Amino acid sequence: MATQPTPRVRVPAQAKPGEMIEIKTLISHEMESGQRKDSAGKIIPRKIINKFTAQFNGKTVFEADWNPAISANPYQSFFYKAAESGEFTFSWKDDDGSDYVSKNKLTVA
Amino acid sequence: MNFTTSRRETLGLAAAAGLAALLAPRMSIADEPAVAAEIKKLYGDKKMDAGKIKLDVPEIAENGLVVPVNIEVESPMTDTDYVKAVHVFADGNPLPGIVTYRFTPACGKASASTRMRLAQTQNIVCVAEMSNGNLHMAKANVKVTIGGCGG
Repeated sequence: MATQPTPRVRVPAQAKPGEMIEIKTLISHEMESGQRKDSAGKIIPRKIINKFTAQFNGKTVFEADWNPAISANPYQSFFYKAAESGEFTFSWKDDDGSDYVSKNKLTVA
Repeated sequence: MNFTTSRRETLGLAAAAGLAALLAPRMSIADEPAVAAEIKKLYGDKKMDAGKIKLDVPEIAENGLVVPVNIEVESPMTDTDYVKAVHVFADGNPLPGIVTYRFTPACGKASASTRMRLAQTQNIVCVAEMSNGNLHMAKANVKVTIGGCGG
């Protein structure tokens, strides 16, 4: 792994109650599929982010289970219906057990 | 009769052998039965309905490494009637699974986009599970000009 994965999330700072907002996320990660071979013919071990979770005020809103078929630097977008102000917690779970987290505030008015 | 092999033939043979050598040690490729087996593992032999799913993939993907895939399932997304899960499979990749989404009524809309790798030209199969247990299925073909897995 060259660098520590850095998540980038785009959430509107404000929304009206009942408004549908689109959340776009991106994280830098090689997503090594476990199918490739190195120059010596040895299989490069799999190392991907296998789960993406979005929580709002501690409640899970959206989940995605990723397989090795997801591209490097995985992008994920989804929708959320704004109801109350609070904070999103996005987490990406790596095969090696590490967790990458991003928190974003949303004000509903 | 000509017993000598021309230069062109020799080259052709060598190329074919090389290609075979390249392809042979590669892992088996998932196929349609593999996708069907995956679906069976999840839902058994339950009936699949058509419709409701909008599976948005490019008809031709120039680069198999990053193919955008956008799914949208028609649903009111209320507490009693919503889309529970959506599974996306591919029948020409080393592994059939691509992604599984789990939605909640809080999403407001059962729609999500990501980017996937495709090893070759193949079909994308999408299965949506509704909160009442109904299943829907959609299929789309993507032509891939450069493969994306273990090239």
